Order: sequence, then C-alpha cells, then structure tokens
Amino acid sequence: MELQTLTYLIVGASFALYLGIAFWARAGSTSEFYVAGGGVHPITNGMATAADWMSAASFISMAGLIANMGYGGAVFLMGWTGGYVLLAMLLAPYLRKFGKFTVPEFIGDRYYSKTARNVAVVCLLVASITYIIGQMTGVGVTFARFLGVSSEMGIYLGMAIVFAYAVFGGMKGITYTQVAQYIVLILAYLVPAFFISLNLTGNFLPQLGLGASLAGTDVSLLTKLDQVVTDLGFGKYTTSSAGTTLNMFFYTVSLMIGTAGLPHVIVRFFTVPKVADARSSAGWALVFIALLYTTAPAVGAMARLNLIGTTNTAVGLGTDASGQMVVKADVVKANGDLFAAESSLKYDERPDWMKRWEKTGLLKFTDKNGDGRIQFYNDATKNEAVKAKAEAAGWKGNELTVNADIIVLANPEIALLPNWVIALVAAGGLAAALSTAAGLLLAISSAISHDLIKGAINPNISEKGELMAGKISMAGAIVVAGYLGLNPPGFAAGTVALAFGIAASTIFPAIMMGIFSKTITDKGATWGMLAGLAVTLFYVFAHKGIFFIKGTDFTHLIGGANSFFTITPEAFGTVGAIVNFVVAYLISKMSSPVPAHIQQLVESVRVPKGAGAATGH
Amino acid sequence: MTTDSNAKAYWSATLGLLTKVLVIWFLVSYGAGILFAPALNNISLGGYPLGFWFAHQGSIYVFIALIFWYAKKMGEIDRRFGMQED
Repeated sequence: MELQTLTYLIVGASFALYLGIAFWARAGSTSEFYVAGGGVHPITNGMATAADWMSAASFISMAGLIANMGYGGAVFLMGWTGGYVLLAMLLAPYLRKFGKFTVPEFIGDRYYSKTARNVAVVCLLVASITYIIGQMTGVGVTFARFLGVSSEMGIYLGMAIVFAYAVFGGMKGITYTQVAQYIVLILAYLVPAFFISLNLTGNFLPQLGLGASLAGTDVSLLTKLDQVVTDLGFGKYTTSSAGTTLNMFFYTVSLMIGTAGLPHVIVRFFTVPKVADARSSAGWALVFIALLYTTAPAVGAMARLNLIGTTNTAVGLGTDASGQMVVKADVVKANGDLFAAESSLKYDERPDWMKRWEKTGLLKFTDKNGDGRIQFYNDATKNEAVKAKAEAAGWKGNELTVNADIIVLANPEIALLPNWVIALVAAGGLAAALSTAAGLLLAISSAISHDLIKGAINPNISEKGELMAGKISMAGAIVVAGYLGLNPPGFAAGTVALAFGIAASTIFPAIMMGIFSKTITDKGATWGMLAGLAVTLFYVFAHKGIFFIKGTDFTHLIGGANSFFTITPEAFGTVGAIVNFVVAYLISKMSSPVPAHIQQLVESVRVPKGAGAATGH
Repeated sequence: MTTDSNAKAYWSATLGLLTKVLVIWFLVSYGAGILFAPALNNISLGGYPLGFWFAHQGSIYVFIALIFWYAKKMGEIDRRFGMQED
C-alpha cells in the first residue's frame, strides 16, 4: 500500500481510538475532572504517567541529541529517569496523603499563605505553558512531514482531538487516552529499533545490540563507531562529555529535580487509591519510561553509524538485493580508507529517504569541492591529522547538514524498513506530543479553576460551577496553546530548558521542605521560591536575552558565557534550587515560627495511616 | 510506647531507608555514570565500556530496582509501626 494511505489509516485509527475513549470516560464531578475519581490502578497510572511524561522531545528529539552528543547525552538519560526515584521517595506518597487536587493547594495550606499559593500558581503556569509550545509544534511538524497537510492544519486537528477528551473527560479522559497513547508510542519506538538492531548486530534487543559486535564480525558496534567518528574528526562517541564534569553534574541534577517538580507529572499520583500505590506507581512509571529510555541510546548510536555508513562506503554498511540494510563484514574488518575518493557516496546515488528529507530543508547538501560526492565530516576539528587527510583528499568542508530531530523520524527510512513501520512512527510521534499536551493542559486548567477561581476569587463556588469553570479554563488553555503553536515565539527552542529550570528552582524545593521540615515558614517558602526563580531567570536571560528577545542578552555583564563555574544556563536550575533552600532557611530563622496546627499537618502528611480519597475541601 | 514517640521512630526509620536509597542512587548515576566513568571505561561489559554503560543503561535499571525496593521496605516499616492505611 502507498505510504501516504497507510499513514492516514494508522494515524486515523489511533485518533478514532482516542475519541472512543473520550466518549466512554466523561467526567461528571470535580473529583473525576481533577484526579480521575482517585481510583486509578497503580500500574495503569504508571503507564499513563509514562505517556504524560514522554513528550515530543523524548520521542522525536532525544535519540538525535544522543546521536550527536554521544556519552554526554547521558545527562538526559539519567536526568529524566533519576527524577522518578526522588518523586517516589520525597514527594508523591506525601502529596497523595495530603489528599488535595493541586500542587499550589499543598503549598498554600502547608505554608498557611495565599501569597505562597499564588506564587506557586505563577511558577506552574510559566513552566507548563512554555512546555506546551514544544508539544504543539511537534504535532505540526509530524503532520506536515507524514500526512502531507500544512503544519497549521495539523495543529488545528491536534487541538480538536485534545479538546474532545480533555474538556469532557478531564483527568479521567486524559488518563485512559494516555494509556492508549503509551501503547502506540512505545510500539512506534521499539519496532524500528528491533529491526535496526537485528540488521546491524544480529541481536534484536537494542539494549543488547548496542553492546554487541557488528553482524558477522568480532568488531563491537561501539568500537567501530568510536573509530569512524574520530577518523572523521568528531569527538569520540563513548567519552565525549557535555561541557565540564561539573556542568554534567549540575545539568543532571537540574533535570532530575525538575522532573520531580513538574506539576503535570506530580498530579498523576493524586489519582491512585492509596499512599502505598503512589510509591509503587512511580516504579511502574519508570519501568514504562525505561522501555524507551534504554532503547534511545541504541537508536542514537545506530542511527549515527547508519548515517555515516550511508555517506561513506568504507564504513562497511550497505544494502542487499532486497534493499535491506546489511553489514558487509569484510569491509568492516578491512578498515578501509574513509578518505579514499570512491568511498564518499555519489550524490546522484543517494537513497530515497535523503531526497524526501531534502525537501523539508532538515537535510541539506552543498557540493563544496564539486566532485559530485557527499563528504560528511567535522571540518571544524582540532585534530591536525584529520585536517591534513581531508585536505590531501581534496575535501573542502563538510557538505551534509542533518537536523537532529529527523534521526528518529527518518530512522525507519534510513534502515529501509517497510512502510507500515514508517506510518507507525508518525502515529507514535503524535501520541507522544498529544499525551503530554493533555497532561499540561490539565495542570494549567486546574490551577486556574481550583487555585485561582475557587481558591482566591470565589471560594463559595458550587461544585457544578467549579466543574464548568474547569472545562472552560481547559478550552481556553487549548486555544492559547494552539495559538502559541501556530505562532511560536522566537524563543521556542530554549523554553523546555526553562520549564525544567523553573520546576527545579521553585516547586521542587518548596514541596520538599514542606514535607521534610517543620520549621520553614510562610515567608521563608515564598521568598525562597521568588529567589530561586529570580536567579534562574537572570542567568537564562543573560544568555538567551531578556524574555528571549534577540539582542537583549547580557553575558558580558556577568563575565562571559557559562561564567558561573562553567555551568550552562540549561543546568542552572540546580543553582536556583540551592538558592531557594538557603533563602528559605535564613528567612524562616528570622520570621515568627510555624504555628502548631501546621506542624501537626506536616506530621499527618508523613504517615500513610488515615489517607482518604483526594478532595477539594 | 506513646503515639508521639512511635511517630518519631517511624519517621527516623523512614529517613534511614531514604538515606540508603539516595546513597545508591548517587553512586550509580553521579558516581559510576559521571565521576568514575573515565576509570570504569577501562573495564568492558560485552561491547560496552563500563562507565558508558552505567551512564546510558545501567543507572536506569538500578533506579527501577531502587523504587520497588523502597516501596517494599516502606510497606514493612508502615506495618512495623502500625502506620499502614486501613
């Protein structure tokens, strides 16, 4: 069947499934709207959390980032999984015991302060809204590439689908669609990875394939990859770091505590029946996440080798008679000269997938030395030997640029997999983006209807009125998200890092101190959050511009880029969190002590006994 | 035992478990995956250099084991101090 038709069929079927679930799981009460009625099985919640958490960035971008960064990509792998250990032990069970609907509500009650609650609402809104822009653009890109409709049309369609199940179903509808979306996205991720691992190493499990030898040889895949990339002037794959060791450290901490502090992830743990379920559910969430996260390093490394092997025949990859990608064992063992004239692929003989992606502009070829062949190497290398070889071979600079985002999307095509696999990847990318968007929308709308409208503006609102307010805020949030997706502000690329920085420097420390300390006061927490937010924003804006407006960056005022102990702005959430902890501690010392009834509240939150279902009162 | 001292003992048992988990959590990720990765890379696990394996694979498996171990141990602590849910 034609690829286009197949893609329509598979994506259409997945959308029909989500709509079916939307119809079946409508929310009739605020409890169903905010926490799916509180009766979600821990394994079900784990699966929904995995889909909620794994965004377009995890599905589409991460393997490409790892492919380019090599070892340094570990900051994402460890940072985005290690946070679940913190969530399971430091936050989720205690917030579940507290038994309310939203994260700002806990902060407001624990710190006996409407101001603290409102500051938390602002942090939540900024973090969630910046995060959602990336999801909407992800939906648009996937539609544009695979379904041949404009990316605007794609975003409208995506909005309509989310509207159907998020507005009418609230958390209940979102939970069950997320389960379906998890299954779609994980199949879409694993199936091509199995095929590719099998082709390259003879072992279909990517986790084992990455540590195996290339099929028919005793040369390990990683050894070959290390050798090929260093020969071409890139950093050694298995050791190239993400900045200094200290930066890797801070970056990983920032992503871990940012993960644990993201409100749309935390609220998922309000939906399970018991405190003990919140603990185990975090474990199940990580099992489902790890299926993708332990596969991604293999996808990244194999895609990198495939890409170089496609453009340079001396690597030892080729195609058999049926068009399947195979390892040419004798060529691999021969270690042929990558710089030999006939090693570079002739542009006219490039595979079809290159032609298709050239049209999107995400893959570009410029024949700098006019030999009609593709030279793909690092022309900015500091390795003199590589420079000399390239010069001797008549190479005049790198001729191929590949956008990291196409690694996963083009992977099945690069490995020449059947059309249905390509169509499945399209459905998977959409599932990843839509499931995360829905989770974020719920966090946003409940902050508005529950924390602002019921909490601050009209405390006497009826349950029916609040449910209606929730649905209207959800609809409003979808329109805003769609607008931002259609007109992405210039700073879209930098925003996900900002969302993590804010969650790490404000929400995580505030909740953690609220549980583990009885002495942090209302003023301590409020000033702590504000200070954490301020230093994080200051450092990020210094590098990326004030509110990301081009030309307003001021790195010269802080002594140059990454001037704070070599730490990059993406990794700065950790510093913000430390500032938050210190300020909260000092201000608490100076303000009047925590009232006795709040200390009792903390004590009751610490023990599981007596937990009821989450309520709004 | 009074309820107050029972609650204190429960909380210190909880913090004790927490510390153990956090130490292992730190050792596999920040230790084996970052600080000691260059040294561990001299050892190989199949085709993987060991430090690279911890950073890209191993730490994630350990994280999963840690959460389930924590959940099981917390269940035991809950019951020992009579703090479990009804």
